[in-house]
Amino acid sequence: MAHTYENITNGEIPKAQTKVIWVTFWILFAITAVEFILAFTVPAGAFRTSIFIILTLVKAFYIVAEFMHLKHEVKGLIYAIIVPTVFVVWLIGAMFIEGGYIYDILNK
Amino acid sequence: MAHSATVSTNSKTGAWFGGKEPMNASYGKLMMWYFLLSDAFSFSGLLVAYAVLRFKEVGYYESDFAKKFSSIKEAGEKFIASDAYWPIPERIFDAFPFFHGQHLPLIFVGLMTFILIMSSVTMVLAVEAGHRRDRADVEKWMLWTILGGITFLGCQAWEWTHFITGTDKGVVRDVWMNGEWVKQVVKGANLTANEYGPAPFAFSFFTITGFHGFHVFSGVMINIIIFFNSAIGIYDRPGRNYEMVEKVGLYWHFVDLVWVFVFTFFYLV
Repeated sequence: MAHTYENITNGEIPKAQTKVIWVTFWILFAITAVEFILAFTVPAGAFRTSIFIILTLVKAFYIVAEFMHLKHEVKGLIYAIIVPTVFVVWLIGAMFIEGGYIYDILNK
Repeated sequence: MAHSATVSTNSKTGAWFGGKEPMNASYGKLMMWYFLLSDAFSFSGLLVAYAVLRFKEVGYYESDFAKKFSSIKEAGEKFIASDAYWPIPERIFDAFPFFHGQHLPLIFVGLMTFILIMSSVTMVLAVEAGHRRDRADVEKWMLWTILGGITFLGCQAWEWTHFITGTDKGVVRDVWMNGEWVKQVVKGANLTANEYGPAPFAFSFFTITGFHGFHVFSGVMINIIIFFNSAIGIYDRPGRNYEMVEKVGLYWHFVDLVWVFVFTFFYLV
């Protein structure tokens, strides 16, 4: 349900409801901390890289869903944003693979 | 132009004549989402180009130099910057202001990430205050967001300066000049050569972080305008609301989101 902006003019300002915002912040903070720990403990390689990318996507989900409020919007708007993004994420992944292929050709 | 986001079911105007808002979102909000999607495509284009540039080069751990060591860990410890392979980012970005010469890998960029995420949190708090029409809180949280944005820009400026200036001694490279190989000292970085790795390393760093920094800068400018509008009470007038704060908040969160991706793909991968 999207937030509606009531034009209230009775002068009383309701109390702030910020719990969800701070919970989301701490989740993002924890994920970033985990990424940092991984960067210094796990040796570099495909496994570590995939974990980074998965954690980044989780962070992106929380920022888009809670901070940008998309989770609480109408389904049509959610899909209008998510579906093209999925294709673009595929494109980025595909180009990583293309880069690897070009490397193989250049260094045959 | 005053906009209220409530749904009208006026049968006189109906769905196709402006009587109902598509996707239950106002015109301005919908257009901001569409703009953000198109901007995401632009950044994805840059990241795609970076992906191809990065992976057509030898990564450090696959290079002949690193393969001589007995383990990945040892290869990491004995890393030397060279244009024969893509460098390890955390060994290049290991400086911190006022700690000259100390190796603090990724600490500064971690601080920048924290500052930007914090400014996103204060932005959400400003939007939440706008929902309650709490003007004082909106002003307070918008000011913190603007401060966070300016701090991030300052940090990025320091990072660029340090990157361009380079290490104290620089690196000796073989450069093809006038028909022969000549030894030249390369110090710091510019768009054609850098002392840290192959030329695309600095080039893509400047392009991607520069593009993102430009978005942060324009976001700060827009935030200042909306803060000013809110402070002089435009959104408190009858018939108006704080939805502009929410729209501008969407742009700011997008900027944060892009940084999360840039941070991962440039500094961690």
